[in-house]
Amino acid sequence: MATTEAVDVVMPQMGVSVSEGTITKWLKQVGEEIEADESLLEISTDKVDTEVPSPASGVVTQILVQEGETVDVGTKLAVIGGEAGAEAEAPAAEPQAEAPEEVAQPAETPAVEPAAAPKPTPAAATTPAEAQQNGKSFVSPVVARIASEHGVDVSSVPGTGRGGRVTKKDILNFVESGAPAAPPQEEAPAAAPEPAPEPAPAPAAEPAPAPAAEAPPKPPPAPAPEPVAATAGEQLEPMNAMRRGIAEHMRRSLDTAAHVTSAIEVDMSRVVEIRNKLKPEYQKTYGVNPTYLIFVARAVVETLKKYPWVNGEIRGEQIVTRPWVNVGFAVELADGKGLIVPVVKHAEGLNLLGMAQAVTDIADRARNKKLTPDEVQGGTFTITNPGGYGTFHGTPVISQPQAAILGTYALVKRPWVVQDSFGKDVIAIRPIMNLTLTYDHRLVDGALAGRFLKDLKEALETWDEVAY
Amino acid sequence: MAEMTYLQAISDGLRVEMRRDKRVFVIGEDVGVYGGAFKVTLGFQEEFGSWRVIDAPLSETAIVGSCTGAAIMGMRPVAEMQFADFISCAWDQLVTVAAKQRYRAGTPVPIVVRLPSGGGFSGGPFHSQNPESSFAHIAGLKIVCPATPEDAKGLLITAIEDPNPVLYFEHKHLYRRLKADVPEERYTIPFGKARVHREGDDVTVVTWGAMVHTADEAAKELEGDGVSVEILDLRTLIPWDRKAVLESAEKTSKVLVLHEDTRTGGFGGEIAATIGEEAFEHLDAPIMRIAAPDTPVPFSPPLEKAFIPQVEDVVKGLKELAEY
Repeated sequence: MATTEAVDVVMPQMGVSVSEGTITKWLKQVGEEIEADESLLEISTDKVDTEVPSPASGVVTQILVQEGETVDVGTKLAVIGGEAGAEAEAPAAEPQAEAPEEVAQPAETPAVEPAAAPKPTPAAATTPAEAQQNGKSFVSPVVARIASEHGVDVSSVPGTGRGGRVTKKDILNFVESGAPAAPPQEEAPAAAPEPAPEPAPAPAAEPAPAPAAEAPPKPPPAPAPEPVAATAGEQLEPMNAMRRGIAEHMRRSLDTAAHVTSAIEVDMSRVVEIRNKLKPEYQKTYGVNPTYLIFVARAVVETLKKYPWVNGEIRGEQIVTRPWVNVGFAVELADGKGLIVPVVKHAEGLNLLGMAQAVTDIADRARNKKLTPDEVQGGTFTITNPGGYGTFHGTPVISQPQAAILGTYALVKRPWVVQDSFGKDVIAIRPIMNLTLTYDHRLVDGALAGRFLKDLKEALETWDEVAY
Repeated sequence: MAEMTYLQAISDGLRVEMRRDKRVFVIGEDVGVYGGAFKVTLGFQEEFGSWRVIDAPLSETAIVGSCTGAAIMGMRPVAEMQFADFISCAWDQLVTVAAKQRYRAGTPVPIVVRLPSGGGFSGGPFHSQNPESSFAHIAGLKIVCPATPEDAKGLLITAIEDPNPVLYFEHKHLYRRLKADVPEERYTIPFGKARVHREGDDVTVVTWGAMVHTADEAAKELEGDGVSVEILDLRTLIPWDRKAVLESAEKTSKVLVLHEDTRTGGFGGEIAATIGEEAFEHLDAPIMRIAAPDTPVPFSPPLEKAFIPQVEDVVKGLKELAEY
């Protein structure tokens, strides 16, 4: 039953855009028995926290990455079963438990190998496995081989492939440019290694440079991470995976999209009225609160049907549109130290109640880090709601690769010019909400954004209870 | 050199061999008086007589069976199926008898079965298939899939010379669409030698038959984007040129395998697996396959277009690989 072959446990891929994870807790220690699919450790990524099940039954023979460390997807974390295990167990002998025929075994094992030493990690700093540790993403077989042959640290090579991946051309150019081989890496990396500075990943769209074209100037190999020093009174706190994920995404978004924001004021009188009517029933019967955000989301989904580009994406040289709307909602974590954007998939199929239920469910689980990787992916449009604290305007950052993000702000009673039944202007007190659309001007022009906001405003001001 | 269509080149190759070698004869449904379903043997009966250009009854089993017998007796038969799809009727004669005779009894079976194959003209599920991979799986058969007029002629002559049963898949869509200079004299093209249809550095397309031209158009579209595409035309699937494929895979490190046949069990899987086994350390991207979906060939023109890999599908796949 238990495995006799050593089985590696690696950092799992928890979603397409997740490239690394942090070990938060080992649930089993070296020498303990574990069943296949039993939880072995807990990890935290910038998207979700989860438990990692054991790939095999057997004894945990090695733990290679300690709690608190952050490593790339695919990095070997532990070993289940195998020879090292048999040897590791030997010192902790349980004499009476040993079957007699096994007594002969130690004599057969070569005496030269010290029993305690776990299997050494591959020696050279330049083996593919090692190189991958600092590499931003997947290292293909050919890149691994070239890196190994030339003693290059892949993480010091600027990548132009998908997601900044180092392609064969990248590493060949790097080698040809005579970049020195990477210095031998330190053995135990510091608890929170600073990621090597690297160029902004080229958007996937960018056509690969012609082979013979002049290569861009090669940055020198990544310098050793600078020690982070605090001056007196400052406090240092390591960035967690989520914070680093947010930092990277926000920077990349601003580097990618041409952000422009347009705002509109919406008279929410009708929505307020309907909400007051629905609220008791929704809360009593369904246990959900029909918040203003839900109304806005419902109207947004309806309006997006007429504006496929606002719900679209630039992919390479192509414009992607789709007949569905997957709405992401920016949600602050319960501890106030992070933000996650769970996605309500196929929101075009939800009525107001369905939207309320979907958002309540996903937001609750987001706050408590109970989302599955799938639930934070595939968004086509995002809504962020910083208005809860009274702010009346903002310029959010687009969630890549989407085309736009809607901001909703505080509902404020304001003096408002309206027409009375005689057609005369009078000042009335109206609940007004500001909405902003921040859009990628590469795809969405100002006029289109303006029409979108106008239609959205109309949908909210003339809320149609039957249709919505 | 003379300018010939793909179809004329096949006729020419057959005519050249029949004039040269009295053992060569043609048999099939309507190949004589009518000149063949696609007129490949038009005028042959007048030139060679009805004993060498034989109109057969509507029985593919009988056609391949009699060819096998004639071949064992020393003749060089060339059978024509009206459509490659109908070869299934002759499966037993071909697979159980012809393919195994040499192994079982030591007697060679030098037959050629000409198979007008492929879609693109709304022929529907019985008149459009590319069943080459079904036969590539049978030890003892050779599989030829020419993509150009010059190859069509030279490979047909090689097929007739070959001492084994050869399935010669001629693509109907190319019959009259392709026109090129073809040597007038007799020449052969060796089996198992791929042709570099186009040289490139960034991505390799491995393909055969009509898809060579689809790949070519896609490659031209990508020139503007600075993506340099190499196209290997395998020309023969059994034997296939592993060396050329592996060399190109090692050069570009990114491979797209493209075929008009359906995906599952298609010959592309064999090629992809071989590259994975032999050239793993040279790969810079997953090996990609583009093929028809696993359905019968539709009649409806829009559906058929969706079924057969189109230039835009190949462009998309190549871009994906180039950007990987």
